[in-house]
Amino acid sequence: MAQHTLSVLVENSPGVLARVASLFSRRGYNIDSLAVGPTESPEISRITIVLNLEGHALDQVSAQLFKLVNVIGIQEMEDKNSHQRELLMVKVNSTADNRPKIEAVVGKYRASIVSQASSSLTIEAIGNSAEIAALLGELSSFGIKELVQSGLIALENGDATLAERTLQETGLASSSTHSQTEDYQN
Amino acid sequence: MASEITGAQALVNALEDSGVDVMFGIPGGAILPAYDPIFDSKIRHILVRHEQGAGHAATGYAQVTGRVGVCIATSGPGATNLVTPIADAQMDSVPIVAITGQVPSAAIGTDAFQEADIRGITMPVTKHNYLITDPAQIPRAIAEAFYIASSGRPGPVLVDIAKDALQRMTSYNYPKKLNLLGYNPQIEPNSEAIRDAASLIAQSSKPIFYIGGGVIKANAAKDLLVLAELVGAPVVTTLMARGAFPDSHSQHLGMPGMHGTVAAVTGLQKADLLITLGARFDDRVTGKLSTFAPNAKIIHADIDPAEIGKNRYADVPIIGDLGPIIRALIPAVKAEFAKNKADITQWWKQMNSLRQKYPLGYNQPSDGSLSPQYVIERIGEITGPDGIYVAGVGQHQMWASQFVKYEKPRTWLNSGGLGTMGYAVPAAMGAKVGAPDTPVWAIDGDGCFQMTNQELVTCALNDIPIKVAVINNESLGMVRQWQTLFYKERYSNTDLHSKRIPDFAKLAEAMGCVGLRCESKGDVDKIIKEANAINDAPVVVDFSVYRDAMVWPMVAAGTSNDDILIAKEMAPDWDSQEL
Repeated sequence: MAQHTLSVLVENSPGVLARVASLFSRRGYNIDSLAVGPTESPEISRITIVLNLEGHALDQVSAQLFKLVNVIGIQEMEDKNSHQRELLMVKVNSTADNRPKIEAVVGKYRASIVSQASSSLTIEAIGNSAEIAALLGELSSFGIKELVQSGLIALENGDATLAERTLQETGLASSSTHSQTEDYQN
Repeated sequence: MASEITGAQALVNALEDSGVDVMFGIPGGAILPAYDPIFDSKIRHILVRHEQGAGHAATGYAQVTGRVGVCIATSGPGATNLVTPIADAQMDSVPIVAITGQVPSAAIGTDAFQEADIRGITMPVTKHNYLITDPAQIPRAIAEAFYIASSGRPGPVLVDIAKDALQRMTSYNYPKKLNLLGYNPQIEPNSEAIRDAASLIAQSSKPIFYIGGGVIKANAAKDLLVLAELVGAPVVTTLMARGAFPDSHSQHLGMPGMHGTVAAVTGLQKADLLITLGARFDDRVTGKLSTFAPNAKIIHADIDPAEIGKNRYADVPIIGDLGPIIRALIPAVKAEFAKNKADITQWWKQMNSLRQKYPLGYNQPSDGSLSPQYVIERIGEITGPDGIYVAGVGQHQMWASQFVKYEKPRTWLNSGGLGTMGYAVPAAMGAKVGAPDTPVWAIDGDGCFQMTNQELVTCALNDIPIKVAVINNESLGMVRQWQTLFYKERYSNTDLHSKRIPDFAKLAEAMGCVGLRCESKGDVDKIIKEANAINDAPVVVDFSVYRDAMVWPMVAAGTSNDDILIAKEMAPDWDSQEL
């Protein structure tokens, strides 16, 4: 089972998340995590999808996604060429006795304690999937009362941007829409 | 600045400016504002009897004319009744635009009277769809809908418009330029892919053209003829591609697939190269996918990149419009042939031997009743290749594909992908509206006919004189055939009793059509000619046929194409074949 991270630029229009979700559901693609948010352009949103592909080729998933009219660009984000992070908030059982141990774990992962109560601590951590999983592994011995985790987000390293790449690939940057001016009349 | 008009008027103006000359629909509460300006429009509105009929009529019109078909309905049930034809158009890549009224924007989400989230419902069965709540957005949405429906891989687009958006005032501007950031179909093929394909074609000693409906959509049948004759390879045309290559042509092996000819099915299985043009490796063609064409390399040309590699790996994918693709392949293949050309004589010897030994055929019923295949064959022969033939779904559909001979594109319409029973009558209505001077025969089953025959009223009232052959075997024939073959002849719920009830001829008369009956072989020609001579009213002929006729050859669902049977428990005699 192979995990892949796709960054998808979409038009910021109503229903676009439903279209993406419906496509994944209909074609039987498994989503591990999903994060949606605004971008540098108000017309464009960015969806980061972590996929578990079993029996489906990544090319096929991308091609099906790209068929959605509101999808502008897609790029696979790989570990080696991108920065990937998820956010974790976790409430851990805590007593005066085990507190130093928890603090040591928190320090090791550069996480932080954001709230303290009589019998629990709330910890916030930012990291890649492996780091978050490792932190959770260590915290579980104290007893986890509740946790919430964001979907993963990712950004390509270096000067390149997905928006530029997309506009170049589709030719929309230059001669853009000439084919769309006259052909559409019935 | 132009004076303000209602959103409804803007809708009608935008439809006119998109080139619409006819639409099929039914008014209702939410769409009612639009029907007022429709009353004054030059667009012909045909009032159907069920929204499903409007949708299939739009599809039939689009398939015959190559233009975008238009249907219109109100919110809620009006819109949900369009779902089947929309899904049908999606599966068969037919360009239609569906307009639906929606409850006023303030009521959306409140479970208002006749509210249905038709945008949400149709998301997975449209190429794209819109919900419009601002009248200023109507012209752009309509212009985009027509562009998206008709360009790239064609398909249905739905535009749902809130009632208040139709009622409010807006200025009208038909957009001169569209700016769809995420939609830019590739038309011109990559020249390297063309060269690679040409090289494979020249090297192949067992090539075969696997032709799909895309060739018809791309209006590329003439180009295909040139390429096919240049290459000299056998050609098979799928259910959606019947008519893309002349049946009379010596290179044509017929239809492949579950009910394909032995030569076409075996040709694909034994080939070393599939030249796939606008086809999508559907399960009805491939049979068990893992055993399909095991020794073949694949050239796969399609305008939809998502079809490449979806079911079968493509050695040479070519993305683009089939017109430019085929026209680019012709000189590229010529250039390769100038260098080398593999010998395909032995391959033709094998194919010809299969073709001669296993032609399509049928037996006359032993009980003296009328053969359904004979009826369909005679309709085709008497009406000729200029006629348009529209089938429902089931045995009669397969026979109409097998025994009518097609010479030209856009003369064979059926529901291939979705397999929509009830498609024939309304689609034939749309086809006749699109081609008023051409005889249009709906070849329908008695089961299918009872799903949508009410549109004959629409035909009778609107001077749409289609002809309907009800191939009446008083059962859901294809299901019955499967029960015969796979369920020990236990005919659970497939007996329709339609030789008793209804009386199709009387039903036709009641709907303002001419109703005819035919029960014997000797009357078949006379009655077909009689029907063909009637051009001032729709005609329904109730052909009472043998109920146990079966469609052969057959590759049972989920089995390998290698296991094709030419009759019950009868495989071709492979040992005598040099394969």
